[in-house]
Amino acid sequence: MINYIIKRIGIAIPTLLILIAVSFYLMHAAPGGPFTSERPLPPQVLANIEAKYGLDQPIWRQMINYLSGIITEFDFGPSYKYHDRTVNEIIGRGFPITLKYGFWSFIAAIGVGIPLGAIAAIRKNTWIDYLAVGVSIGAQVLPNFVMAPLLIIVFTLWLDWLPGGGWNGGSWEYLVMPVIALSTSYMASIARITRSSMLEVLNTNYIRTAKSKGLPTKVIFFRHVLKPSLLPVISYLGPAFVGLITGSVLIDIYFSTGGMGYFFVNAAFNRDYSVMMGITIVVGGLTILFSLIADLLYAWIDPKIRY
Amino acid sequence: MNLLEVTNLKVRFETADGIVNAVNDVNFSVEEGKILAIVGESGSGKSQTVFAMTGLLDHNGSATGSVKFEGEEILNLSNQKLNKIRAEKIAMIFQDPMTSLNPYVRVSDQMTEVLMHHQGSSKAEALKHSISMLDAVRIPDANNQIRMYPHEFSGGMRQRVMIAMSLLCRPKLLIADEPTTALDVTVQAQIMQLLADLQKDFGMSIILITHDLGVVAGNSDDMLVMYGGEIMEIGKTESLYSKPTHPYTQGLMSAVPRLNDSEERLITIPGNPPNMMKPPEGCPFSPRCNYANDQCSNVSPILSNVDKSDHYRACHVEIEKIV
Repeated sequence: MINYIIKRIGIAIPTLLILIAVSFYLMHAAPGGPFTSERPLPPQVLANIEAKYGLDQPIWRQMINYLSGIITEFDFGPSYKYHDRTVNEIIGRGFPITLKYGFWSFIAAIGVGIPLGAIAAIRKNTWIDYLAVGVSIGAQVLPNFVMAPLLIIVFTLWLDWLPGGGWNGGSWEYLVMPVIALSTSYMASIARITRSSMLEVLNTNYIRTAKSKGLPTKVIFFRHVLKPSLLPVISYLGPAFVGLITGSVLIDIYFSTGGMGYFFVNAAFNRDYSVMMGITIVVGGLTILFSLIADLLYAWIDPKIRY
Repeated sequence: MNLLEVTNLKVRFETADGIVNAVNDVNFSVEEGKILAIVGESGSGKSQTVFAMTGLLDHNGSATGSVKFEGEEILNLSNQKLNKIRAEKIAMIFQDPMTSLNPYVRVSDQMTEVLMHHQGSSKAEALKHSISMLDAVRIPDANNQIRMYPHEFSGGMRQRVMIAMSLLCRPKLLIADEPTTALDVTVQAQIMQLLADLQKDFGMSIILITHDLGVVAGNSDDMLVMYGGEIMEIGKTESLYSKPTHPYTQGLMSAVPRLNDSEERLITIPGNPPNMMKPPEGCPFSPRCNYANDQCSNVSPILSNVDKSDHYRACHVEIEKIV
């Protein structure tokens, strides 16, 4: 087990390096640069600025400089657009916000999705099942860029229950709408995965055995049905968690939450190379981490998997 | 008194394509301490018969008729009442030991939960009892083996675990649904021997469902041949073996390969089992039967006595023509 974890982390390092190299190259291959604007700077000035940030050097050289900054000083470089902030500061401010509503969205998606799918499976082909399936299809097809303004119209403009945006240190009334808008489609997917895998488990021979042993339904459900039903859900959760954190661009825009997604999109528009790279590395690292956690959870549930 | 009395049992399934009558008016009984073999090919309704008895039919299935266990009606009882009978009085083992044990739960937990639930044992007591039961089914090193997961056992050992688990509450009746079908031949013999030994030790009755006549021969007192959801022939195993009076039973017997046969081709019963969605008129076996006459494909034969013994058969053709 420990060996396996060490091995996976060992693989993570070259993976991240490849990710950095590819994104670095692609980013620079896109036309324009951080200092291109509608009113072009005089060539002399532009050359000076680029020289200051080292942008006049060949790409491989820039990449080595960038990497050595990260490795030796954990410095992700200065932002080219926000001249008074470093990338470390931007991520340090945006990431906790994203993490907070991403985490609560994750909890909401699991907390509603799994029970919804389970109830639908147990009450298969009854109105409860049809309702649960209907709700999750609805939630899945409703994109969050439609969901978010709808929520604001209903809860802020009509009912005046919740603030229409802002963060305020993440107090609950500022969290509710971002979490709903972000979690619904994940919740729906989790419900549908849970339902179909649970239906499969309910039809297995070992559940028939459990019934033939005269165990109460509750025991059969919690001891024999639940664990195997959750396996497909777990393999979905790893990527989903990362998706919840990176898919938050729209949330940051609609609710002005100030999370990382907002900076990510702006950085892309502005060719703010260092901010883009910084966020890419954070997201890449998280993806690797959560797929590892999902694999470990998988092994914990399924005794046939041993690392 | 008979331990189990089944009268006019019918099982039907409602499917998207129509109604399937899987079991039609089946009558039989099981005596205390005896082994009844139910024989038939796939789809003959033998498994559905026992699933109906213990309330394990699929959701789209329903059963009518009567099943009396120790004189009390148990057919279509509520799940709660059935749960008092399952494992405590009637236990089951299944065809495929690979899939009949939960692969995600330790054998110890799968066994102890039976005792903890039915007898209120403590975890420690239940574990001790379970280990001794694994010893009884001759699993070596039961003390340690019990902590393992099902996939860490071989097929034969898994079926032993199933058997041990089913006997924990010392049931009066064990239903064994093709217990050796998924195992290789040498292991089959060991498992059958084990079941026979345990049957004597525990003084229980067994319903042995199989399509393997070789398994039936040495291991049962009574025998029931099913086809198309109906009983074709029923009686003492000896008597059916020495004198099969139904063309289907005869077909089954002659299909058993013998070492001293000079024929190179295996003998089969021509044709396929009936489509239970549209069963044939009259005797279900008539389309495949060599002796069939007009009456056979119009009128359902009823079970009637052979030689004034407790040997019955459902066939229109005169015995003399068949035997």
